[in-house]
Amino acid sequence: MTEATLSSPIWRHPEFARGAREMVGVSMGIAAWGLVTGVAMAKSGLPLSLSILMSLLVFAGSAQLAALPLLVAGAPAWMIWAIALCVNLRFVIFSAQWRPYFAHFPRWKRMLHGYFTADLNYVVFMARFPQPKPAPEQLPYFWGGIAVNWPSWQLPTLAGLLLADAIPTQWGFGFAGILALLGLMYSLLTDRASWVAAGVAAAAAVATVALPLKLNVVVAIAAAVAIGLLMDHATPATIKPMKDET
Amino acid sequence: MSTWHAVVAILGLAVITVATRGFFLYPDRELPLPVWLKQGLRYAPLAALAAVVAPEILMQQGHLIATFKDARIWATLAATAYFFWRRGILGTIVTGTLVMVALRTGLGW
Repeated sequence: MTEATLSSPIWRHPEFARGAREMVGVSMGIAAWGLVTGVAMAKSGLPLSLSILMSLLVFAGSAQLAALPLLVAGAPAWMIWAIALCVNLRFVIFSAQWRPYFAHFPRWKRMLHGYFTADLNYVVFMARFPQPKPAPEQLPYFWGGIAVNWPSWQLPTLAGLLLADAIPTQWGFGFAGILALLGLMYSLLTDRASWVAAGVAAAAAVATVALPLKLNVVVAIAAAVAIGLLMDHATPATIKPMKDET
Repeated sequence: MSTWHAVVAILGLAVITVATRGFFLYPDRELPLPVWLKQGLRYAPLAALAAVVAPEILMQQGHLIATFKDARIWATLAATAYFFWRRGILGTIVTGTLVMVALRTGLGW
């Protein structure tokens, strides 16, 4: 159905350009972050060929950084996988939200899309399509975003791997990655409920930062979802739910 | 660390990327998630961003920052000011990063 309407190649669709354009802003942050990740991988002692393999295949920065020291130390594979699983738990939550958009695809296609759904693609896509139902312009928008996001992550990571000693990471430009997330977060603060949810998540994440394996992120999401539900159901209709407008 | 051990571990990590990002995409039938949970999950992206960002900005080795001589505070303030002035993410990143690099290289913060 969706495919039939796209008789011309997907990258000719105007939504492809829009998806790419709306990813360009944050891609600078992704790039700085990828560069720093590449340098960290190079300095971990993992051989270059394996580092490149890891970056290209795994495509999940925080899981890679968490797995690296264990991999280099020769830890058993199950332990490395357990760590990555915990660091990636947030994606399980995200995948429940992707489902209504992709449910009509065959399984292999759903999983292929799932593989590319990094954090920023998720946030940008959900802001563009707040209604959880499929529409023909979603696929080109999605791939337009990936077309910018994927190389913005992979190429600087490779550059960081190859040029590790020449890159002055002590200048702190890796902070650009955090600033990209910060800017995205601000753009989602549309009403009082969203401010409260963000505040609760931030406080919960700071309070539980001692938890291993970045589980504080999962705790923070649970806390924010709980407080969001409370606000949606316990306040009069004057407060609109965050994403039900447009 | 043998090369093959590492290759197997890396392939497994790639499988984990697919398995977690595709977790609820895998079944052919809709999984019966309660309606309240589906509603509540719309706060998840915002919460995930806040949860990742807050400790990176506010904490130093497991404790809240206790000094003003930390470039991250000023970089974050500058980026925040830019965002609420102009609402552009690219400018937010550039402003904050410039302040960061200036304070790091200039004052050694």
